[in-house]
Amino acid sequence: MYHAYSNYAGGKLMGLIQDFHGLGALLLITLGVAVTKSHTATAVMSPLIRRQVNRAGFRLLPMAAFLAVALGMVVIGQTVLILNRFGAQSYVGTVMVTVVVRELGPVLSALLVLARVGAANVIELGTARALGEVEALEALGIDPIQYLVVPRFIGIAASIFALTVYFILFALLSGYLFAFLEGVPLRPGEYFRQLADALIWQDFALLALKTICFGTLIAMVACYEGLARPLRLEDVSRATTSAVGKCVVGVVLLDAVFIVVYLVL
Amino acid sequence: MEKTDCNGPVLEAVSVDVFSTWNNHIQIAGVDWKVLPGEFWLIGGSNGSGKTDLLMTAAGLRRPAAGSMRIFGREPARMSETELLQQRTRIGFVFKGGGRMFNELTVAENVSLALCYHRNCPVEQAWDEVRAVLEITGLAPLAGETAQQLGEDWQQRVGLARALALKPEVLFLDEPAAGLEASHCQWWRDFLEQLSAGGPGSGGRKVTVIAATNDFAPWLGESRRYALIKDGRWQLLGEQSGQPRIN
Repeated sequence: MYHAYSNYAGGKLMGLIQDFHGLGALLLITLGVAVTKSHTATAVMSPLIRRQVNRAGFRLLPMAAFLAVALGMVVIGQTVLILNRFGAQSYVGTVMVTVVVRELGPVLSALLVLARVGAANVIELGTARALGEVEALEALGIDPIQYLVVPRFIGIAASIFALTVYFILFALLSGYLFAFLEGVPLRPGEYFRQLADALIWQDFALLALKTICFGTLIAMVACYEGLARPLRLEDVSRATTSAVGKCVVGVVLLDAVFIVVYLVL
Repeated sequence: MEKTDCNGPVLEAVSVDVFSTWNNHIQIAGVDWKVLPGEFWLIGGSNGSGKTDLLMTAAGLRRPAAGSMRIFGREPARMSETELLQQRTRIGFVFKGGGRMFNELTVAENVSLALCYHRNCPVEQAWDEVRAVLEITGLAPLAGETAQQLGEDWQQRVGLARALALKPEVLFLDEPAAGLEASHCQWWRDFLEQLSAGGPGSGGRKVTVIAATNDFAPWLGESRRYALIKDGRWQLLGEQSGQPRIN
């Protein structure tokens, strides 16, 4: 019995190490290809990158706006109400920056992109792998990493950053709107002054870094699960659920790392 | 890039062992083979004998498990990425079972993809060549269709058109007519015959054709060379006047 558990744990650990190794290798190869082939076949690559940005960014904007407004009204508006009840209006800016700018904005935008685009990417790439399209690209002298991975990597990373910015703006505005409608005596000028005071320059830098890290993680895990191993069509669903699970855990762990960085600052 | 001899062998395999795709075991052992420019080779073997693995290894898409495989006088394993890329444009590969058409692209986009990628140009600039390939393969009326809208017979032709777009010097075909209806089979036989003789689609020179099949009978003809994969062994049958058999 003990051996069975230790074998199971050992197998899982080895799998984890292999995944880290594979993901790291794929990331390095992707970065290498993105840099060295940035001027190769731009006529083919540019539309592909635009398509991915459109898919993971523009098309998700209404959904991100809806989530941000709902969150702003339900969570932020109520927080402002409670702070007001205890006479702590002066902390509104600090709470907003901590909750929305540092945490909810990046994490929810990343999870939204994962749900709508990351999972679809695993299915597309897994199906392409299973149907032999990757070998077909190689046979035509087309680099599969450049054609399949780089556009998704750029598209997802750029889109999570852009969506997060919009998400934060919508959430902060709708939160104030809710508080205003509830009759909280907080003028817009005072609200935005508090926000500006609570923000430090590191918030902007870390927001960009954090969202790009989330985007890189989601893109790499999706591409790794879809492409790295030979797949049959029946393996695609398993690869998709595995990728989604790994991305959720990865996003939470990365977020925890950034919390530590914020605490140190 | 090192110059390659245009009159030398297109392909030269010396004691090559071929890996199986799925289990990484050696599927075919001891392949000794030389293909000269303009030859028409037929590789016979039953299903699962390793024809696909052999063709992919010969085309430089996989490394051999052992031995030396030279394509245009060079070993792909010893070439830089730029050289490999240049070599790939001289080789066409038609996959079996629908040609592995890119599902999200139309027929015209499938055919133009490699041209646009290697020349770094939009489809419009490559359109004359794309249209010419579509016309000789009978795909012009289907240019705007996607894979889902085509039957397998036509998808297989898209695979051929895509391979011909770059005007390859050697064309590998993996069971090109398997499972196709009789009229399509006839079209493939006639087309490959013309291609091998330097007809339309060949770019004005005799294209070296290497086709795998699980039945020699439909492909019999003059100036054909035959080889057989049986029980994991490679057997050169050469140029036969009779009817070579697979089983």
